[in-house]
Amino acid sequence: MTILLVILVLGAFFCLYRVLRGPSISDRVIAVDIVAVIFSSITALMALQYKLAYLLDISIALAVISFVATLALSKYLQGRSLDD
Amino acid sequence: MARKLAYWIAGMAIWLLMTWTVEYQSVIAGAVLSFIAALIFGKYLPLDPGKLLNPRRWFWLLIFMPVFAYQCFKANLDVALRVLAPGLRLNPGIVRIKTSLKSEIARTFLANSITLTPGTMTVEIKDDVLYIHWIDVKTDDSELAAKIIKGPFEKLLARIFD
Amino acid sequence: MIDSLGWVFIIGGVVFNMLGCLGLVRFPDLYNRMQAATKSVTLGTCGILFGIFLLSGFSALGIKALVCILFVLINLPVASHALSRGSLIFGIKMWHKTVKDDFSKDRGEKPAIEEDE
Repeated sequence: MTILLVILVLGAFFCLYRVLRGPSISDRVIAVDIVAVIFSSITALMALQYKLAYLLDISIALAVISFVATLALSKYLQGRSLDD
Repeated sequence: MARKLAYWIAGMAIWLLMTWTVEYQSVIAGAVLSFIAALIFGKYLPLDPGKLLNPRRWFWLLIFMPVFAYQCFKANLDVALRVLAPGLRLNPGIVRIKTSLKSEIARTFLANSITLTPGTMTVEIKDDVLYIHWIDVKTDDSELAAKIIKGPFEKLLARIFD
Repeated sequence: MIDSLGWVFIIGGVVFNMLGCLGLVRFPDLYNRMQAATKSVTLGTCGILFGIFLLSGFSALGIKALVCILFVLINLPVASHALSRGSLIFGIKMWHKTVKDDFSKDRGEKPAIEEDE
């Protein structure tokens, strides 16, 4: 179990490389979105390990709200207002 | 009206699944909350509620899910090979294909299915034209490309949603 | 039997997540990176959640994992679709070995492809 969590965190570090390095702003934002999804799976694994069902609520919330930032950025890139 | 009712039932079902109790306090809270949500957002439900009662559509949805899971798994093996191969075996491009699906929700599902299947990602939907970013452009012909990219999905989705 | 199947799903999911992150680092331009990352991370996370469902059965934990699969399946495809469209219209260029660009052609602009070095 611990080794799986370590591998996932290592993957999140690879994404952080893209966040720091990425040539355009879209690279950074999609990398942040992917970090959020990976943390949602880490939370789900911890819920399995400690048998705590409410940790999965956090996982669902991360999966739902992490792409709002991405959608807002894509609207901005197309030059439209946010309530369009 | 029927839309709001369908929205209420769906919201209630998700509430019951997520709380996973049948205590009367929790059930009443869920009913009230999903009723308020249905009043506000019910008119945006993109489905025609009459179609929800047709059992044949549910049957095809059941067929659709394993086909989708298999294609998705194949897509991932393909991407994994490309990631691990030395050098970059890429030949990307954006191609234009046409779809015969009519309703908005069927097109949305087609776009999402295309995004999750081998080497393709939907960039834009404009009426019945889809622009696809393809990681390995095999052909210049639009008809043939449409056949390769859409695979089995279009027929199944036409049976489910149209 | 079902337990070991659940562990197979979880380990496969972790491996696919890792491959998605590697693709995010290795691929040459934004659109290819999105392809790799979107597909692998979606399937990896869904695999982990489905494994949790198999391991814990019809309890609060398992059912919540199934609901979570539903949301993850919507999240990344929609995000990558919106972001790739926005980036193309904004003018972020594609890799120099890209072969064709019908989208910019139909909008009446030059293909959004990098000059060869």
